[in-house]
Parts: sequence; C-alpha cells; structure tokens
Amino acid sequence: MRWVCILFPQLALDAVLRQRPDPDEPLVLLNGPAQRRVLQAVNPAARKLGLRAGQSMTAAQAMSKGFATADYEAAEVEHWQQFLAAWAYRFSSQVSVHYPRTVVFEIESSLGLFGSWAQFEARLRQELTELGFRHRIVAAPNPVAARVLANAYDGLVVPDGEALQHHLGQLPVDRVGLEPSVATALSRMGLRTLNQVQSLPRQALARRFEAQMLKHLDTLFGARPLALAFYLPPDRFDVRIELNFDVQSHQALLFPLRRLTGDLSAFLCGRDSGVQRFDLHLEHAGLPDSVIKVGLLSAERDPAMLFELARGRLEQVQVEAPVRGFRLRAEDLPSFVPQFQELFDDRPQQTLPWEQLRERLRARLGDDAVQGLRFQADHRPECAWQHGVDKQRCAGLPSVHRPGWLLGEPQSVAEGSARILMGPERIESGWWDGDDVRRDYYLIQNRAGQQGWAYRAVGEGGPLWLQGWFA
Amino acid sequence: MGAVVALDTLFNGGQVWKGRPAPPAASPQPTGHAALDAALPSGGWPEAALSEILLAGPGVGELQLVWPTLARLSAAGERIVLVAPPFVPYPQAWENAGVDLRQLSVIQASERDALWAAEQCLRSGSCGAVLCWPHKADDRALRRLQVAAETGQTLAFAWRPLSEAVNPSPAALRIAIDAKPAQLRVLKCRGGLARAAPIAFAVGH
Repeated sequence: MRWVCILFPQLALDAVLRQRPDPDEPLVLLNGPAQRRVLQAVNPAARKLGLRAGQSMTAAQAMSKGFATADYEAAEVEHWQQFLAAWAYRFSSQVSVHYPRTVVFEIESSLGLFGSWAQFEARLRQELTELGFRHRIVAAPNPVAARVLANAYDGLVVPDGEALQHHLGQLPVDRVGLEPSVATALSRMGLRTLNQVQSLPRQALARRFEAQMLKHLDTLFGARPLALAFYLPPDRFDVRIELNFDVQSHQALLFPLRRLTGDLSAFLCGRDSGVQRFDLHLEHAGLPDSVIKVGLLSAERDPAMLFELARGRLEQVQVEAPVRGFRLRAEDLPSFVPQFQELFDDRPQQTLPWEQLRERLRARLGDDAVQGLRFQADHRPECAWQHGVDKQRCAGLPSVHRPGWLLGEPQSVAEGSARILMGPERIESGWWDGDDVRRDYYLIQNRAGQQGWAYRAVGEGGPLWLQGWFA
Repeated sequence: MGAVVALDTLFNGGQVWKGRPAPPAASPQPTGHAALDAALPSGGWPEAALSEILLAGPGVGELQLVWPTLARLSAAGERIVLVAPPFVPYPQAWENAGVDLRQLSVIQASERDALWAAEQCLRSGSCGAVLCWPHKADDRALRRLQVAAETGQTLAFAWRPLSEAVNPSPAALRIAIDAKPAQLRVLKCRGGLARAAPIAFAVGH
C-alpha cells in the first residue's frame, strides 16, 4: 500500500454544484456547438426528471422546464484538478495529476504523521465531502494499479503483490486501461479477464500485439516503474466564481465568499503557508472591478477567521453596479507560524485570541484603529509619544513628574481661574528640527480641584496654556 | 429532655464546630489602595465585572486609582485595552506608574463603535482589563458591558460624569471621586453595604 488514487467521477458537475447554495436543485451541464447543445452531465435531481447525459437540449426542454443549466468547460475541470492536487499536497510531496479527473499520490511515507490508513482515509473522505467533491478512493502498491482499480472499486486497499494479482486478475480486459483496439482484439479471442491474458505465454502476446501493451501490463503489476511528473503548487491563489444573475446585496455574496475563503484555506494548508493580504474582486458588467483589499497583521489560514474578516470588509462596501462575478486573489503567501497558546489557561473556553480580536476590530473600525503606545525620547510633550510597540520595555524616569493625560491641542487657561502649585520647570528643545520650544511648565489647580499641567512660553506674557491633566 | 451536657466539655473535646467571623479572603484583584481595599467587601475590584468611576472632570486622580491594578496586570502579561480614551496617554507617566506599555493597546473609535469595541474586547477573554469612557451610555449599554465582562472574565472600568451618580446603574461597583476635599465615595458595591463614610484619597505627586 503505497499509492492512493482519488478519482472524481463527476468533477465538472461538482465544481458547478458547490458554488450553488442548493445542491439538490436539478442541474445539467451543456456541451457542444450553439446549434446543437447536448447534455454532458446531469445531477441526481435532474435524473429524476428523466434527463440523461447525451440527450439534446431540445429533447430535455420538451421533457421538463424546471432545471438549471451551466456550460461544461474543459479548462474549469483542469483548474479544479489542479486545486485538488494543491489540497492533496498537504498529505504527500509526491502528487501527480497524470490521469484526467484524478489525483494520485504516494502515502506510505506520510502514514507515520497521519496515523493508520483507516483514520487517514476517513479524514480524506471528510475533507473532500466538506469541499463538495464526490470521490472514489483506492490504495495500491503502484500508481497505475491504483488508478485502474479505482475504475471498479471504492475504498479498496491492496496491501501486497499477491492481493494485487488477485484483484487485477478479476477485472475485465476493457477496464484495465488498454487501448480500445487491443481490448477488442483480446475479447474477440475469448479472453474476458486479465487472469486469462496473464496465463498466456509472454512470447505469444509479444508477437501478436504492440510492445505498448506488455509495457502497460508490466507497470500495472509493478514489474516496471512508471515515471510520473509531480505536481508543484503555484505560489499564488486566484479563484473566480461566476454568478449567473445580478447580485444587489452583500447577503447573496456570503455563500460564494464562504466557498472562496474555504478553498483558500485548503490551499494554504496544502502549502503550509498563511495569507496576509488578499483582494476580493467584484466584477460588474461593463465597469471596472471593485477591489476590496483585506489585510491582516499576521499570517492566518483558519477558514472561519478568513471568512469573518472578509465579510467585515465586504459589508461596508458600496458598489455602483450589480455584481456579476466574484474573485479572490492572494499573491503574497508567507509561511504560517501557529500561535503560541498556554496549556493551562484559566480563562473561559470561548476565549478568542488577541490576534483574532485585533483583526476583528480592524475589520470594522479601520486599519489604524488599534494601535500600541511607545515612549519617544524627546522632552517636548507633543513629541514624547508615538504609536507602535517597543521590543523591549523602556525604562521609566521616576524623578520626572508628568501628567497621565495629554491634550491634543493646548487650551488657554482663563486668568485667575487656577493657582500654581509647583513650577516652573523649563523645557527647551527642538532647535534642530525647526520646531523650537522654550516653555516654563507649571502644576496648576483650578477651583474645582482639578490638577493640570500648563505652560507659558519663555519671554511671553499672556495666559497659561493647559497641556495635560494629572489624572 | 436528655442529659444536660456542659458546653465546655463539648468545646474542649472538639466535637462542636464554632462559627467565627472568617477573615476576609484576599481578593484576586486588589486595588492597590489599602484604605479602599478595606472598604470593599471583596477586598478589591469585583472580579469579572464592571466598575464605574464617577468624576466631575479630568485631573482628579482618576488614573491613579487604577494604575496599581494596571501595573500588576501588565506585569503578569495581561493585555490592557483603552477604548477611545478622551486624551492621549502620556507614555512616561504611565511607565512611571509601573504599567508595561508593550501590553497596552489603544483603540480609536467613534462614540457608537466604542461601546461595540469595548464589548468585543470584554467578551473575547483575551484582555486583562478594558478601560472605556462612555459618554451617553444608557442602562442597556452598561448592562451589556457588565454581561460581557462576566462572559470574558475580564475587569471592566468605565469613567462617567459625576452627574450620573443619581441614576441607577448595573455596574458591580460605583466609586465617585471628589476633588475638594480629595476623597472617594463608594456609592454601590455588590456583596455588601456601601460604606457611607468617604475614604481619603491623596492625589500623589
């Protein structure tokens, strides 16, 4: 058991269905030229209406009106296969998209991390079901055998060569990946199963058929290795969902948004990276896209969090025209560092980490809403503070008495309304940056008993200017 | 009637447990002001609850009341959040009071969003103390803050004008600061009778 093959029997249909809120709605995929549209695939609800793959569109419309249609696009299928390979990259470094609508990957070296095969298979199935893809999973000693057995089985595990011989031998010759002409020739000779073909002398087969056929059989039984080109995940994420109707409110965008952020999260888990900035593009007919930029302070990949943050930004946006398409682009994918958490936390269970809380606040209040505070080594009070966080704790100056609150703009103190308790303290600084300050500072108290910090410029008369409160 | 037993023998034999007034348990959240701690039934700030501080105007020692608590929390690695403070905190003064500025976060928000932000911070449970300055908070808004503080097990402080003292409030503790003479009055405290006598509160320099 070294290779896993996951076959997606209705990849094109699932790719369309998963973007719709109601998967039980009848849906058909159409293919062919505009004059003669043919049903390429139908979902179970559409099949109940009597629709079958291969019917013409006119015949289908004669039978029923109540079904939705979508175009079958080969490029889309290719795209989703690549996406699933990116998802599988999480479990193995050797992932191949050699076969269409299939992902094959090596797994024996990863079982130490993911536990026994039974657990691992359950996990694969659960994640694929959540992503919305129907699948068949087979594990076998070599990739070709896994792919061929996936034609006939689901959930089969072939532990060794003997069992492989047994399972493959029972397969009919037209299901083992041979050329159709070879399969037809074999069945006309009266050879129905692979066992019967195997029992023939090798020389006789070599004489009657092309060399390709024996090569295929050898790779199938593991006697000859198959060279696979392995998948390399791209370093950007770009997925688009086309909406089939004009969307006017953000409510209708939430389902596609949840899908997109979920896909982004699966992609990021595969790459073991996080995302710090991504763009949501709202596409309009005939107008340039509205772009919503979502920025985070640290790399994240939790699907619920990505969704909530993107939603927070989306809800505030007003667009000029209805939305026709929805796209998520992430270019910058830094490595993900999991958060440090205490093993014994005395806070309640529903604790939201500060990093997530901060992102939530920033999503609603604006990017600059949450800031730290640091001391800037300057004697001028208005220059003594800055936004930002120090790496190290700055040393206090206990001998210097400063007010707890600083006013944004100094206010003049009416003459006679306050008395001076202490002072003056001369602050003279800033001659080098053109913002020269020469002030005498006093501790004052007004009639209500409030204590403030006020100054008067040296050499000037006039009122005191209040700049802080000793709170 | 059974046999009459002398009480002394029972007491001396240790067979009867005698209830004594228990010494007040040390509060997990002492205020750092000994006189105030003695006046509060829990010996400190009510845990996981909203404390309201009423004052006539800024500059009467309203920060000195909480600085010891904030210093203790920040030294323990807890986060302190200031939601829409009325003025700029002067870093040097806060540092001199012992508050670790690296643990301090300031949230700038409008009047309406400030209550929302304060509630989110309290509810999250990731902050040690949340400080807010609601101007026109009604009874419902304060109750929300109180419930959020309970949910997140977080200390909440709200500074409000002294004129609100006549209105009822859901806060667990209400303290009024008088400037002249400098004193504290406990208007309401959960778990005990509010002490009528004012507590001297010297604004230190």
